[in-house]
Amino acid sequence: MQTVLQSPGESRSTINDHLTKADKIRLLRDMYRIRRFEQTSLKYYNLGRMGGFLHLYSGQEAVAVGTISLLNENDHVITAYRDHGHALAAGMSMNECMAELFGKATGCSKGKGGSMHFFAPDKRYWGGHGIVGGQTPLGAGIAYALKYKRIPGCCLCYLGDGAINQGAFHEALNLAALFQLPVIYIIENNGYSMGTSQKRSSAYKGSLAERAEAYNMAWDVFLGEDLYEVRNRTNIAIERARKTQQPTLLEIQTYRYYGHSVADANAKKYRTSEEIEDYKSNHDPLQIFAKALLDEEVLTDADIQEIDKAAKEEANAAVAFAEESPLPQESDILADVYWEVDNQTDAAKNGSYFFNT
Amino acid sequence: MALITYREALRTALDEEILRDENVVVIGEEVAQYNGAYKVTEGLWAAHGDTRLVDTPISEAGFVGMGIGAAMLGLRPVIELMFWSFAYVAFDQIVNNAGCVRYMSGGLLNVPIVIRGPANGGTNVGATHSHTPENLLANMPGLKVVAPATAYDAKGLLKTSIRDNDPVMFMENTLLYGEKWDVPDTEYLIPLGQADIKRAGSDVSLIAHGRAVITCLKAAELLVAEHDIDAEVVDLRSIRPLDEETVLNSVRKTHRAVVVEEGKPFCGIGAQMASMIQEKAFDDLDAPIGRVASLDAPAIYSPPLEKRQLPDPQRVIEKVLRLS
Repeated sequence: MQTVLQSPGESRSTINDHLTKADKIRLLRDMYRIRRFEQTSLKYYNLGRMGGFLHLYSGQEAVAVGTISLLNENDHVITAYRDHGHALAAGMSMNECMAELFGKATGCSKGKGGSMHFFAPDKRYWGGHGIVGGQTPLGAGIAYALKYKRIPGCCLCYLGDGAINQGAFHEALNLAALFQLPVIYIIENNGYSMGTSQKRSSAYKGSLAERAEAYNMAWDVFLGEDLYEVRNRTNIAIERARKTQQPTLLEIQTYRYYGHSVADANAKKYRTSEEIEDYKSNHDPLQIFAKALLDEEVLTDADIQEIDKAAKEEANAAVAFAEESPLPQESDILADVYWEVDNQTDAAKNGSYFFNT
Repeated sequence: MALITYREALRTALDEEILRDENVVVIGEEVAQYNGAYKVTEGLWAAHGDTRLVDTPISEAGFVGMGIGAAMLGLRPVIELMFWSFAYVAFDQIVNNAGCVRYMSGGLLNVPIVIRGPANGGTNVGATHSHTPENLLANMPGLKVVAPATAYDAKGLLKTSIRDNDPVMFMENTLLYGEKWDVPDTEYLIPLGQADIKRAGSDVSLIAHGRAVITCLKAAELLVAEHDIDAEVVDLRSIRPLDEETVLNSVRKTHRAVVVEEGKPFCGIGAQMASMIQEKAFDDLDAPIGRVASLDAPAIYSPPLEKRQLPDPQRVIEKVLRLS
């Protein structure tokens, strides 16, 4: 593991020292909530209750929960299409997320976005973006606005290891470094860009994050299975962004248990079952953090089972909520296209906006 | 009233809106220290400094996307594209991010951004630099598309576009930058979605936007002088939203329509107009709707031939004469 462009001692953060027992339980609970939300959504996807894609985050939970738990009211989040974990970690409810998957009017995006496009600007969560790497310039822009408004916050912008070869990402890195923007790009490296392994998709020396060297940007690479470590290392980048408006490129090594999406027909062909089982058995972020909390005597096995049970029940209740929720109306198809039209402003009084046949 | 160029009108609009709203920031290649590749922003950096006029690297996907992200948080970026042709490397940012995030969030956010720059052929710079993407972008619900033909319209529409809370694609024309029109000294705004009768007439409606309006005005003078045909020139000014009523009222009066554009004909603005007119004013028509567009090939370099490729008054006149 390498860390560059840091002053001596900076690699040690004391951020975890401040966690209370309640904080730790909440962090574990948030990871369980993501795991059970997604497993439940998969069940109902397979029952035909939702359409499109379903990109599951299972195995990567410590990254979203660990990093987002470090944020305050000035900080922002934007991510790609594997966005359920970040959404829940950012404080979105299971109900609004599940209803969105079911295409219901009560969904976070009123059933207009779907799995890849969750949004909650009130929680400073800016999506949920479907095009690989397309969110990375937006992350720079959020950081640009923070700096412009002299708000001492930062933007966490997540992407997968497959996104690092998109041109937009390199343009965003250059702008972030050139303009000194408080954005932290977090490559969640799960080893595969869809069915193509890291070695078959990226040219690199030691790590993917090392590409930041070319932009004279701070970078770090570390394992994402231990929530404490994720918080520890990410907090250094967050403090750098808040205090000096400097960007960082983080590579957090992680693993996804399911295919690229549920529609990934070859999910079990490009990886061995042994590889998947090894991660589930030896590197599972929920198990690792649960064990840490047991060792610390923060909670007992029974407490963990209770947390898990509560997460399952919350997910099932979210399904019930989604099932009972109404579909969007056909008239809703033409709403939320233009702000001025939706708000019936004077600006919207002239001319036609829609050209239906 | 002052006689000023189209370029000066745009500059004045930017200057006034920068002063009016602290969230307005002009971002693009060479907009600040270089004073603008086409001098639209000349003097603004000296007047307003680094915070409001921001030079970028040649990185359209990056800085257009950055502007969209900043707009989501409430800034009002005015992004200059040196040529609208360069938007094609930022197409994902414009279409998916500026155009779709409001919808995909169920209306939770909006993107008050203006992307502006010249979108025209006729300057002998070959196909890559001569694109006219107003039809492509108007095809995307969520985006607005504006194309002023005069200095007066350029100023009033740009000010309105900057204040608009949706993404506005603002298409200018390098061949108009140096042309002069009378512009009021006092502040004014022109609403989007309001067409303008640039010349009243009774025999045929020439419907156009951008520089094609100027072509139509010249054609109209020749039509009345040489053929005793009194043409009305309808300037759409904004493509989306579209002032259908002004177009239809003109056709109901003249009973003939020719749609003129500098874009390519296939799926062009003229196709949309022709469809709309035949559907809503069929009984008012005394002749088939005519269309004049750029000749249907990539923009040719050869200067004399590029003049032939674009619509000129003669082609408009020929089309009008064939209607009757």
